[in-house]
Amino acid sequence: MKQFIAFIKKEFHHIFRDTWTMIILLILPVLMLILFGYALSTEVKNVRVAIYDPSKDSLSEEIVRRLESSEYFTLSKILDSPFQIEEEFRRGDTGLIVLFSDNFYSSILRGEAQIQLMADGSDPNSAVTATNYASAIIARVLSDRLPAGQNSTATSSRINITTNLIYNPEMKSSYNFVPGVMGMVIMLICAMMTSISIAREKESGTMEILLVSPMKPLLIILSKAVPYFVLSCINLLTILLFAVFLLEVPIAGSMAALLTVSLIYIFVSLSIGLLISSVASSQVMALLLSGMALMMPAMYLSGMMFPIENMPLALQWFAQIIPAKWYIVAAKNIMIKGLGFSSILRELAVLSVMALVLITVSLKRFKLRLE
Amino acid sequence: MLKYLIEKEFKQLRRNSFLPRMIIMFPLMILLFIPLAANFEVKNINLEIIDHDHSRLSGQLIQKVSSSGYFILSGMTENYDVAMKSIEMDRSDALLVIPSGFERKLLREHSADVNISANAVNGTKGALGTSYLSAIILDFTAELNSLGNNSGTGIIPSVEILPRYRFNPYLRYPVFMVPALMVMLLTMICGFLPALNIVGEKEKGTLEQINVTPVKRFTLILSKLIPYWIIGFVVLTLCFIIARVVYSLSPAGSLLTIYVFASVFILGISGFGLVISNYGKTLQQAMFMMFFFIITFIFLSGLYTPVSSMEQWAQYFSLFVPLRYMIEVLRQVYLKGSQFSDLLIQLLALSGFALFFNAWAILSYRKSE
Repeated sequence: MKQFIAFIKKEFHHIFRDTWTMIILLILPVLMLILFGYALSTEVKNVRVAIYDPSKDSLSEEIVRRLESSEYFTLSKILDSPFQIEEEFRRGDTGLIVLFSDNFYSSILRGEAQIQLMADGSDPNSAVTATNYASAIIARVLSDRLPAGQNSTATSSRINITTNLIYNPEMKSSYNFVPGVMGMVIMLICAMMTSISIAREKESGTMEILLVSPMKPLLIILSKAVPYFVLSCINLLTILLFAVFLLEVPIAGSMAALLTVSLIYIFVSLSIGLLISSVASSQVMALLLSGMALMMPAMYLSGMMFPIENMPLALQWFAQIIPAKWYIVAAKNIMIKGLGFSSILRELAVLSVMALVLITVSLKRFKLRLE
Repeated sequence: MLKYLIEKEFKQLRRNSFLPRMIIMFPLMILLFIPLAANFEVKNINLEIIDHDHSRLSGQLIQKVSSSGYFILSGMTENYDVAMKSIEMDRSDALLVIPSGFERKLLREHSADVNISANAVNGTKGALGTSYLSAIILDFTAELNSLGNNSGTGIIPSVEILPRYRFNPYLRYPVFMVPALMVMLLTMICGFLPALNIVGEKEKGTLEQINVTPVKRFTLILSKLIPYWIIGFVVLTLCFIIARVVYSLSPAGSLLTIYVFASVFILGISGFGLVISNYGKTLQQAMFMMFFFIITFIFLSGLYTPVSSMEQWAQYFSLFVPLRYMIEVLRQVYLKGSQFSDLLIQLLALSGFALFFNAWAILSYRKSE
């Protein structure tokens, strides 16, 4: 036991000696949190709009004014001719061009007026959202300004819709992203760092030296995992503190449940790290394996950024074997939805099984290699 | 001298069993799988319906909602708790409540209420789901009214609003993602590998042997740059082929424009990698620094979410992100057929980055400690 503690101390020294890596390990989670919380927003706003309005009558100008004053749009240019459309799109970052038909106001009464909303469809999400917003604004101006139809007697019916956005009434994107960042950072520190630090000893030949020491090989490996376990716990706490106090993301549910599932997830990540380092013979290979086989899928298929239910079925199946996916669901249930232990039983079970299988396989593989 | 140094770099690369395979496999994997997953489109919203009315009209409304294509009916219940449980467990995303007396009130008083609740943990999805649902309900009302008013003569003053989508009329997500992913690939391969290069030689001790020779700093850095430049072109060409074969996507503009911009961009990002490599003491350190910067670059580049939607300070930051300009170039050339003259700002910015980082790489390289 004494030896084991000495080994762990040595590993801690390894990490602390390398100030830069230390700093990055501690800052990276915070940085990711800030980037996700503030920079990445799937909301669409400040779309640059160009206008072609040949008639410039009071109604079309009213529409332009209302578009301009909305937070979604910034008026960038008034076009003189429809021939400028192509050039406008090709040169700049114009997202939407609003084209009024000739003699706009006078043709309304004949039911012939047209407004074309020409959006830059290269970004499908922005294009659809921008045209939706613009249509809604135009419809509102029209209903304010136009008589409700000369022939319409008061018989038109209405359905009043009340909406209620549960769990996240202010629609903060950080509610969606913070659990994702937690899943990501833990995976990064535990799996990637562990795998590389073991590969490093192999590459430099110092592993041999460690192995001839009287310590059991199993304990040597474990002693390398312990510091990263501790670091991950620190990171988990920093993330939670920043999330709650800076991004104002609540921990609405049971703290005990959140910590339990986080600890199990940390175990899963550590065992993945051990598994990778048992395969990789060099640091570069360990890095690429953990980067490609681990971080990429964890980033794209965990549901952290892109909804899993939109993916093709094969990828949806594949997403099920990604630990981060289960962890993120559990973290969302507890933090945002405010549910308790009973709501994450399935996630806890899946992650526990993953931890067991992974740790068994990776330790087995290690023994083979150490012959 | 340079020739031998470059020859040495290629020999080292070839001897490594893993790197050459990765240079081919990585683009394949990224371009085949990520565009399938990276999709912000909101569809297949699971909708739970509570219908207290059970009338002809409520039935018609439900029919209209479920045939709209956006919603999948996940369940019908009368019990609010059951419905909420279903949202809690993520079996459904939204809930439509039709109160009793819906049909009677709509026919007699011309006004009825419905309630929509949506799970907004993912804010965009919640908001878009409710707005789709509201639009369908409004449409339903309009149909009812036009049925009731079909005796009406005369023309209702109206404006036709026509949405059109240029460059990507079917709004396919891969069209948007694939060109930008090419930039991400170039960054990963031509940025990460140089960052690991010098530091790797440092750790192995082979750099010492070069340092005692009369090789100039400039020559040495150049010998490190050129191989990645060539690799970058190979990767890019591979990307073009995959985009063409898998997504039938070929640039509306000229490939030559892309190659010219890419040659400047690769120089810049490799130079950046070399700077990191110069400062790093161990592979692990260099790698994490690179990881740190590249994550920041990718998120601020507009690859996933438009730069114009970011907070103001993030928009200023993104001006210093080389990826941003290159992504603009690839998207513009691929989709809009932009030409050189449309992209002068980007060319200027990328050249600036290339000069800056490579000058720094040369200056920060020390032959002796």
